[in-house]
Amino acid sequence: MAQITYRQALQQALREEMTRDARVFLMGEEIGEVTLTPSKVTEGLFQQFGPKRVRDTPISEEGFIGVGVGAATLGLRPVIEIMTINFILVAMDQVINHAAKIRCMFGGELSVPMVIRLPVAQGSQLTAQHSQSFEGWFANTPGLKVLAPTTPHDAKGLLKSAIRDDDPVIFLEGLQSYSERGEVPETDFTVPIGLAAVPREGSDLTIVAHGFAVRRALRVAERLEGEGISAEVVDLRSLRPLDMETVATSVRKTHRALCVEQGWPTYGVTAELASRIQRACFTDLDAPVERCGGAEVPMPYARTLESAALANDDKIYRAARQVLTESGMLGRGVGRDGGAPSGNGVVRSGTPARAVAG
Amino acid sequence: MSTVSPTERRLETNLSDDELLRLHRLMLLIRRFEERAEEQYTRDRIGGYLHLNIGEEATVVGTSTAIQPDDYVFCSYRDHGVALAMGASTQQVMAELFGKETGVAHGRGGSMHLLDVKRHFLGGWGIVGGQIPIAVGAALALDNLEKPGAVLCLFGDGAVATGAFHEALNLAGLWHLPCVFVITNNGYGMGTSVERSSAEPELYKRAAAYKMPGERVDGQDVLAVREATQRLLRLARDERQPSVLECLTYRYRGHSPIDPGKGYRTPEEIEEWRGRDPITLFAQRLQERGVLPDNGGQGIVEEVDREVQEAIDFALQSPDPDPSALYHHIYGEAAVEQFARMAPGAPFGERSISPGVVTQDTAAPDTPDEATLN
Ligand SMILES: Cc1ncc(C[n+]2csc(CCOP(=O)(O)OP(=O)(O)O)c2C)c(N)n1
Ligand SMILES: [Mg+2]
Repeated sequence: MAQITYRQALQQALREEMTRDARVFLMGEEIGEVTLTPSKVTEGLFQQFGPKRVRDTPISEEGFIGVGVGAATLGLRPVIEIMTINFILVAMDQVINHAAKIRCMFGGELSVPMVIRLPVAQGSQLTAQHSQSFEGWFANTPGLKVLAPTTPHDAKGLLKSAIRDDDPVIFLEGLQSYSERGEVPETDFTVPIGLAAVPREGSDLTIVAHGFAVRRALRVAERLEGEGISAEVVDLRSLRPLDMETVATSVRKTHRALCVEQGWPTYGVTAELASRIQRACFTDLDAPVERCGGAEVPMPYARTLESAALANDDKIYRAARQVLTESGMLGRGVGRDGGAPSGNGVVRSGTPARAVAG
Repeated sequence: MSTVSPTERRLETNLSDDELLRLHRLMLLIRRFEERAEEQYTRDRIGGYLHLNIGEEATVVGTSTAIQPDDYVFCSYRDHGVALAMGASTQQVMAELFGKETGVAHGRGGSMHLLDVKRHFLGGWGIVGGQIPIAVGAALALDNLEKPGAVLCLFGDGAVATGAFHEALNLAGLWHLPCVFVITNNGYGMGTSVERSSAEPELYKRAAAYKMPGERVDGQDVLAVREATQRLLRLARDERQPSVLECLTYRYRGHSPIDPGKGYRTPEEIEEWRGRDPITLFAQRLQERGVLPDNGGQGIVEEVDREVQEAIDFALQSPDPDPSALYHHIYGEAAVEQFARMAPGAPFGERSISPGVVTQDTAAPDTPDEATLN
């Protein structure tokens, strides 16, 4: 298997699907003749496929996403790149009120086989209008599918699945991941939509995340291991549909759950997860499901403030310790400044508190 | 509703020497500020995006100095020059770029979101086209409140393709609102030329669709830009007639520091525009009129250099915003009580991990590897 970057993996998927299926075409700003997108995923494709298959657009997101919807209803398979997730906001009407609605509203007579690729990142002092993660808004919408690959392997396999899918797919790419390397088969493979992955197994705590937060979760799990705590990490890969089976299986094993997202947690992805976990795993839980996300503020510019606003490794680590403490696995106050709620040694739902570690 | 030809142009000859020198000094200040800001960016004292006005000084100064005290100004994220030309403190503007509490937006907004409410500069805005309807709203407020001023709304050639542009101009035309729309046409939106983004590349002609006068001026000629802007602002104030002014100019640098600005433009094109440098052109005219003091105004250059250096020193010495102020400026006063019942310990209903304590990231680089985009 070849070691390639996340960017190369996505580009391979586009090239292979465009070669396989003449209906697939690309649209977006700065994606073709000149490739000035932050992703640079489409570099070289204009030269290979020409201006009808790789269409450069003006700054008209509402217009060209709508054009994509229309082209899809006549059987083309548009793959649209929005420079970063922030700029899709001006086109939300076409996404939510048109793309997502068409199949049902017209009684199954029409469909929208379209992919919208959205690089997402927070940080780098990009400030309020350019530094946000509102993928939960899409995942809230019936009619859309929402994918978020973390590894080069999943990026390629899921993008191919998305392009072959007959419904509109929101495809979230990690802007911080484009240069990440990983093993990707050279064969024609797909990753099925709706399946989570477990990149790290563990027995004491389940950390559920998607996108860049998975990388953070893995780093935190490593740190916890140094303290004798075995954390399992679930990479959702797909937000809608959501693979609750994998999540619940993991939580039933570890009895503790921490849900992490980069975005604002209130009414967010982690809210959905927490609700479903408590229902699916109520009697298995040794502590309330914990959530960790970005501070609920428009992202500030100054480094001191931005750093405080991001759902960074440190916050995830503290949240993990909190779950462990609340379940009685850690002594009261350990890892926090004496602020731990009670719960030391508390026996929940007939499940004995687990051995104390760390 | 057509291009104003150079012969028709009524040059502003009634400006005093002091006024002419003020314009010259402002352009020099912007040039120097931008060069030093670029340097500070490479030294990692400024983060995020940094969109420079270098090459566009005549358009920036010609438009921004045409306003009267009752007028208001909006512009895009390429906003340093406008802020300085509007009279915002050089020190506070630099401090904002450095993300300091002493900055014009107290370190919250950075390079793209400068403002100076006292001087009626209502911002630098980051979403292409986003400020255009907002500017029209300000014009509506002036109209409803029967205030004497008008609104000057600046945006790039790229913004002309947005839906917001069309909707906003139609509203302004329909409601006869006092607003002048200035297209700073620097030839490109990132790497996309106007010819590749606009079905009608003579952008000022869009005005006709909204029953507005539309004009095109040489954006390298500060007096021509100023004269046209003043005239159109008067039209807006006195006759409630909005208008479009297209200024033809050029950015010497790339879109932002990550773009070298070369792949989509020929070296010849860049050289050609540099040959029409707005500051050099104006200095020549001042020289001809005998307005420039001592050896070509070297004293002004030195003064401006000092001013920018002092701004850098000020920014360096200014305090960073305190992390405990993370939740300041999110809502108005009433929110504290309104949100109080949502969750204990968390300022705005957020599930706080460690109430009152905001931690710094120790382990993770939060920097997207691409240091990113536009
Ligand atoms: C709605 C939206 N889409 C895309 C972007 C990304 N972007 C930032 S600046 C820019 C180019 C704008 O060009 P122009 O309006 O000509 O202004 P200039 O940068 O030349 O001053 C683009 C595409 C954005 N900020 N907002
Ligand atoms: Mg431009």
